[in-house]
Amino acid sequence: MTLSTDPAVDPLARELLQSVVDVARAIFGAEAGSVCLLDEAAGELVFQAVSGRGEESLVGRRFPAGSGIAGWVAASGEPMVVDDLGANRTFDRAFAESTAYVPNALMAAPLTHGSKVLGVLEVLDPAPQARASLPELDLLALFARQAAAALRVIAERAPAPAAVPDRAAALDLLADLEELLRRQP
Amino acid sequence: MSGPAGLTWSLRGRAAADLPVLADTAAPDGGSTGKGVRVCVVDSGIEPDHPLVGPLDGSWAVVKDPTTRELVIRPDRTGDTCGHGTACAGIIRRTAPDCELYSVRVLGERFTGTGDMLIAGLRWAVEQGFDVVNLSLSTTRTRFLEELHAIADDAFFARTAIVASAHNTPVESYPWRFSSVISVGSHQEDDPALHLYNPAPPVEFFAPGQNVRVPWLGGATIRTTGNSFATPYVAGLCARILSGRPRLTTFQLKSALYLTAANVQVGGGTRPSTPTT
Repeated sequence: MTLSTDPAVDPLARELLQSVVDVARAIFGAEAGSVCLLDEAAGELVFQAVSGRGEESLVGRRFPAGSGIAGWVAASGEPMVVDDLGANRTFDRAFAESTAYVPNALMAAPLTHGSKVLGVLEVLDPAPQARASLPELDLLALFARQAAAALRVIAERAPAPAAVPDRAAALDLLADLEELLRRQP
Repeated sequence: MSGPAGLTWSLRGRAAADLPVLADTAAPDGGSTGKGVRVCVVDSGIEPDHPLVGPLDGSWAVVKDPTTRELVIRPDRTGDTCGHGTACAGIIRRTAPDCELYSVRVLGERFTGTGDMLIAGLRWAVEQGFDVVNLSLSTTRTRFLEELHAIADDAFFARTAIVASAHNTPVESYPWRFSSVISVGSHQEDDPALHLYNPAPPVEFFAPGQNVRVPWLGGATIRTTGNSFATPYVAGLCARILSGRPRLTTFQLKSALYLTAANVQVGGGTRPSTPTT
């Protein structure tokens, strides 16, 4: 399954993702919400939809997928909830570079399809009563599962891939072959 | 009849007297601070010299060799790429202040899901003979299952206790599902020193993992929630137990955790309940 990380690709996809982040923000009484999709070839996460702060400026913006909280969530496939980030200057700097908005609390959950991580749903500055406890972590993960299902629907109705395989797919195939040969001498 | 060196299928030509085993005894100082116990955190790295983590005794990363494209372990000065590994290390330090702390970074080198890198890092940690390995990570990819299972079994017999987080959502992932590791989930109690035995595994123990204050990047602290943070508490407990009784096997260590769990009653005529199906 391949999802385009070009936000302009599909108007219905845009509407669906916008709805996901709007509802996520409403559920947790949050200042902002966002969905980023993973561009595996580039090793980047790309903002696809944003609700609240940053809504106008962030869509389409990319940041490295190998680090930070969103990076950990994308790599591990696990949700994460963090609070009291305000005093953390390192976090401020790294996060501000990608979003221009520094939250005090952040909830993030992976959008998965089977074992594959498609992207990350983030909720910034949820209402204080909606933070850092296990039921909230469960709720976030449940909602991310629904969002991931929506993403799969979008991917399935996307046009068939071009006949010429793209470079990233070819490199993936080569890497898989190499691993196979290495494991079975 | 002989098989591969070092393996024994049955006892031939030898008797009990030929197999002396020195059972565990309490350390001379009766230590319970983790002193002398080597704990390795396999995660996103550990921030060096964080005030709540203290000195690191070694730090490595799994990287892909640019020439051979093999995954190799190299000394690492990157620190922590996320904060997660530092948080785990801080909980271990808080629980077992005198333990030796080591880091193997398996995330953040480039984007990669848990799988190859996790296995390479975990295998290396087991080969080094660390006493305790904290793994607040898992993989849902079944193609890694057999390999992970073998590493977990090797660790069990080599007295390396792998303390592994259950996934935070109800999905199958590994290695926490294996009986050869010590698996941990979070409870919702406020007591920061409470661990419980689960009479209906596969998650065997529950520990504090809700709203936990932990060290994070930049020398700061934050609050966070999840099984990831319950696990290092149990890893720290393991270090404390092993510092007092360094010759414990992994099954004895698990037994000690069981016997010290707040919900397990010993000697009162009440047995822990067993799961009913």
